Amino acid sequence: MTRQTQRWVEWLIERALLLCAAGSVLITAGIIGALAFETVSFFREVPITEFLFGTVWTPLFYDAQFGVLPLVGGTILVSVIAMAVAMPAGLLSAIYLSEYAPPRVRRVVKPVMEILAGVPTIVFGYFALLFVTPLLQRVLPDLALFNALSPGLVMGIMILPLVSSLSEDALHAVPTGLREGAYALGATRMQAALRVVVPAAFSGISASFILAMSRAIGETMIVAIAAGQQPRLTANPLQPVETMTAYIVQVSMGDMPTGSIGYRTIFAVGTLLFLMTFVLNLISDWLRRRFREQYA
Amino acid sequence: MTSASRRIAGDRLLQTMSILVLTLSLVALTALLYDVWSDGWRRLDWQFLTSMPSGRAHLAGIYPALLGSLYVLLVTAGLALPLGIGAAVYLEEYGGGGRLARLIEINIANLAGVPSIIYGLLGLGIFVRVFGWGPSVLSGGATLGLLALPVVILSTREALRTVPMSAREGSYALGATKWQTIWHQVLPGALPGILTGLILAMSRAIGETAPLITIGALAYIDFTPSGVMSPFTVLPIQIYNWISKPQAAFAENAAAGIIVLLVLLLSMNAVAIVLRDRFQKARA
Repeated sequence: MTRQTQRWVEWLIERALLLCAAGSVLITAGIIGALAFETVSFFREVPITEFLFGTVWTPLFYDAQFGVLPLVGGTILVSVIAMAVAMPAGLLSAIYLSEYAPPRVRRVVKPVMEILAGVPTIVFGYFALLFVTPLLQRVLPDLALFNALSPGLVMGIMILPLVSSLSEDALHAVPTGLREGAYALGATRMQAALRVVVPAAFSGISASFILAMSRAIGETMIVAIAAGQQPRLTANPLQPVETMTAYIVQVSMGDMPTGSIGYRTIFAVGTLLFLMTFVLNLISDWLRRRFREQYA
Repeated sequence: MTSASRRIAGDRLLQTMSILVLTLSLVALTALLYDVWSDGWRRLDWQFLTSMPSGRAHLAGIYPALLGSLYVLLVTAGLALPLGIGAAVYLEEYGGGGRLARLIEINIANLAGVPSIIYGLLGLGIFVRVFGWGPSVLSGGATLGLLALPVVILSTREALRTVPMSAREGSYALGATKWQTIWHQVLPGALPGILTGLILAMSRAIGETAPLITIGALAYIDFTPSGVMSPFTVLPIQIYNWISKPQAAFAENAAAGIIVLLVLLLSMNAVAIVLRDRFQKARA
């Protein structure tokens, strides 16, 4: 190969690799384009205020109403239950792993967390519907077969590894000097952890909470299986609800003709879901970067 | 109680609570595995693996779903592997902190946080409708390929970073061009790490349900996919289909399907772990 062709080949390869990398930007464009196209058609038929503030969601009925709030309410109800499990449990396990645990315990706990994080969500859905719900029904006789409580709890277990490992990273990043200072003043490990290390890692820990919330809102199969398909605006976790993701699954399992208003609803709901998770991810990212700057 | 003993009691309390939480998550995992196993092991036999689905639970099997999962996975890997490695090599070896590289990096980080069902809507809107591929193996595999791409890029970059600078410098000193250096030194050195990341990304893709339901993969299929344009189902969708039926016999099938899925995942992860260990030993 002459020098000339060699240089040309090098140039070509670099462009080809750049194309691969730039392809990822195309994916984002594709997501936004696919969502926006059908969503705009949807809002030509349904006023945006009815969609955002309406409290009845019956898009597939003869008397169709398009108030998305019941779906948003169901999503938030299940996610809040999941966070009520994952936040305290995840933070505690992070504190333990970072401040207390001997290496022997870490070697057991870490793989367990990794396995939990790798279990497909469909398996958690099965577990919620056929194990957790019957178990809870023995204690709570009012619990419906489909409800928000059981998938919420199971989702909490599912996102626990995420909270735990990200919070642990944040605690690890706190300089040892701060701990030693606390010990020198006579603090116990608990006092050092709760009054010095956790406050110092606060923005990193909140970043992990918000990312977990975003994961909970976008989670699909657990709620599609165990939460039910009845859009209802309620704060009662014992009743069936429907989340935004479960609605998309419900419509997709049926036969929905392209271009019908029912077909467009899943893109409108998807757009809202995308925006919610996007904002949460941005906040989480901002917090994490602030945290890194603090100790860089 | 003196203040010192109270402080020590507090310390113990925090430790006990943490251990309790960790034990509970271990118990939850054990309960999950035990529940699935005790529900499903009776259905696990050759007939279950090689039969078509059926309206009668005891005759039904997962053969088309297994093959569907395999086909989809091949398309997924075929897309995510070259694109992901190419993108990672560009960002790690060429990008050099330019404005474009930074934009691409932010974009990839954001893509990693998009819920999987949104990728399903992307696949439905673009692959199924605009490209006219229909609810086919190709649409499903491409959708999961895009979903896996950020994971492959991130893990490949991680692997490229472990190749020492001196390997590159030595290659340049012998007169190699940039691409020759990457092809003969950097990529072989990073290969085990790249493969580990790829396997982990694929093991996540094989358990994905929601995006494939969204693009319209069928729930009931009594034929094996004949090619990339064929309609298909995958193992998780077959499981979902059985879970949604009220009869207990179908729940047994679902549990047996889950066992097969978990065994598949476990073997893929085992391969990844072995690769990682080899890699670490070779480096040490």
